[in-house]
Amino acid sequence: MGQILLQVDDLHTQFFTSRGVVRAVDGVSLHIDAGETLGIVGESGCGKTITALSILRLVPDPGRITAGKIMFRGRDVTKFDDDEIRDFRGNDVAMIFQDPMTSLNPVTKVGFQIEEAMTAHNRFSASLARTRVVELLKRVRVPAAESRVKDYPHQFSGGMRQRAMIAMGLANEPSLLIADEPTTALDVTVQAQIIQLMKQLNRELGTAMMLITHNMALVASLCQRVVVMYAGRIVEEGPVEQIFKSPQHPYTWSLLRSVPRVDEARKDRLVSIHGLPPDLTNPPPGCKFHPRCPFVIDRCKIDEPGLSEVAANQVARCWVLMRNVKDEDVAAAKASALSLDAAKKLKAEAPPEVGTVAGG
Amino acid sequence: MTNLAIYIIRRLLWMIPVLFFVIVITFGLMHLAPGGPWDREGRQLSPQVVNNLNVKYGLDKPLPQQFLTYIWGVVHFDFGDSLKSPGQHVSDRILQSWPYTFTLGAVAFILLVPIGIGLGVIAALRQNSLLDYTALGLATAAASTPNFVVGIFLIIVFALGMNKLTDGNFYFPTGGMPQPFNPFQVELIMPVITLAALPTAYIARLTRSSTLDTLRQDFVRTAWAKGLKSRLVVMRHVLKNSLIPVVTALGPTFAFLITGSFITETLFSIPGIGRAFVTSIAGRDYTMILGTTILFAVLIALVNLVVDVLYVFIDPRVRLTD
Ligand SMILES: Nc1ncnc2c1ncn2[C@@H]1O[C@H](COP(=O)(O)OP(=O)(O)OP(=O)(O)O)[C@@H](O)[C@H]1O
Ligand code: SF4
Ligand SMILES: [Mg+2]
Repeated sequence: MGQILLQVDDLHTQFFTSRGVVRAVDGVSLHIDAGETLGIVGESGCGKTITALSILRLVPDPGRITAGKIMFRGRDVTKFDDDEIRDFRGNDVAMIFQDPMTSLNPVTKVGFQIEEAMTAHNRFSASLARTRVVELLKRVRVPAAESRVKDYPHQFSGGMRQRAMIAMGLANEPSLLIADEPTTALDVTVQAQIIQLMKQLNRELGTAMMLITHNMALVASLCQRVVVMYAGRIVEEGPVEQIFKSPQHPYTWSLLRSVPRVDEARKDRLVSIHGLPPDLTNPPPGCKFHPRCPFVIDRCKIDEPGLSEVAANQVARCWVLMRNVKDEDVAAAKASALSLDAAKKLKAEAPPEVGTVAGG
Repeated sequence: MTNLAIYIIRRLLWMIPVLFFVIVITFGLMHLAPGGPWDREGRQLSPQVVNNLNVKYGLDKPLPQQFLTYIWGVVHFDFGDSLKSPGQHVSDRILQSWPYTFTLGAVAFILLVPIGIGLGVIAALRQNSLLDYTALGLATAAASTPNFVVGIFLIIVFALGMNKLTDGNFYFPTGGMPQPFNPFQVELIMPVITLAALPTAYIARLTRSSTLDTLRQDFVRTAWAKGLKSRLVVMRHVLKNSLIPVVTALGPTFAFLITGSFITETLFSIPGIGRAFVTSIAGRDYTMILGTTILFAVLIALVNLVVDVLYVFIDPRVRLTD
């Protein structure tokens, strides 16, 4: 592979709340090579966004990076002073946020907001920045870009705003673009377009991407490598095809079983693993997944497994590993996975008449 | 821009029915209230005199007729004579007293805007710092102290106290406001503080909470993520949004200030309209009550119009409709 661009080393980010310390990111290590696309997946609340925000040092109060290193091109981001971090943000690493509807300033013209991303840094002169805004909007396929630069965000549709956010992210030709669920808030056809666009940008510009999502299908179509997170930790990591073909961690296996199709992506928060992720102020002892794991053994409840190599380039954090699970246990798990909670949830979301039929 | 002109004209025309209803309600309430303009303390006027006065001012006519006569006068910008100051037009009395009130209120407003907003913004940007607690404490104290307490406190300390301490060489005057239109009189210092303390506190608190709200918005995070300098994040992204509700609140605040405060004007012997209004209500000076109410209604309507028009310029999402 190429050379390492970003290396996160044993990152801990915690929120100091009145309820206690929330261990949102609990010892995450990962790396991204130049030009690579890395997927980060996991259920809601597992620490994906906070990991990304930590990389940009934008963790909101009362959160803090409490330990770990974030090496970017050999320099530790956690040690940057105010000017260095300012120069790093949006210039070396840009981020597209989860919700395009609220991520643009409502009272400032879209074109100016993109231009500003450039004038904040010295890569382009002020006049070049102005002309580049139109180019960028064209590149992300905003129609009538020349006149659209003068529009305000409320004059843009959701998909259009996300394009504008991507244009903003690309403005300084960063070497890494972090996209936090870039498509969740959009409707299906627009999602497909945005994914297409990101694929193309990665190919054409060689921008490395870190794609955060719940959506395994999205990972399959965009990423080379994937990191699976659970309760603030990485539980499995490896090349996408390999993970899809042979997941070794039961959590990854469950996630993959519940892969929604891209055209159902709006429902992708519905993950059919029963139970809830643990409270991050007070995680269970042993393996964090053990209360929900269908293949749990006694050791899991006491000892937490480390990340160990399970195949070439693939690591997983599990005492058992899927390849050692008996076929009948897998079959039983399959039968019960979409159990009670998930079924109830499905029913609640279904139209009433369907519900009555199914309930009978 | 023609859109804007049409909008303004339409809003101005709307003021006519609004004023009409203001007059109807005031007229009704005024006559419902017990007592009349000729009541005295102690020895009463003889029925004969009262009758003559009623005839002179048309108060002997049935109420509907009185009402129509009044409206007819208003249409011709004739607001009648003051019942309590014989021979003086209501409009003259208003023109005599309002300049004092306006000057006092305008000076208070001009000081209030930067101080209130400044304190609010600084407190928000330094949330939970000593500065924030001080500003918030001051604001809370000011907001919960009635203005007569503020006024009397100022008089005791800066007029009486300093007079004594400096042997009468240096103290703030408490009495009056010699020139109606001069904003630079020492006599204004204490009444301005008395009048402005509460609304300044209100604006400071509003600015603080609105700025804190905005600081948490996603688009502010976007601005940081671009690598903008903090000054630009605050100016372009935070304040441009957080001050929108403040501007909205400044309209009524301005209207409140320029319509006068009975307490401030009385404490500092300012012959303003706040005092004149309360006096005319107490004395059932019907024409003065109506005239002053109309002035206040017009002022409030105009201020609201200005705020609504300003809105178009500060918030692109707002459209001129209605
Ligand atoms: N401001 C905050 N205060 C306290 N805890 C927080 C705060 N922000 C996040 N957390 C905690 O950090 C954990 C990780 O949150 P994060 O936003 O990274 O989840 P996520 O994986 O991005 O989820 P989603 O898929 O829903 O976006 C959550 O469990 C949450 O409780
Ligand atoms: S360690 Fe045990 S509990 Fe955890 S995932 Fe593996 S089998 Fe399940
Ligand atoms: Mg998230």
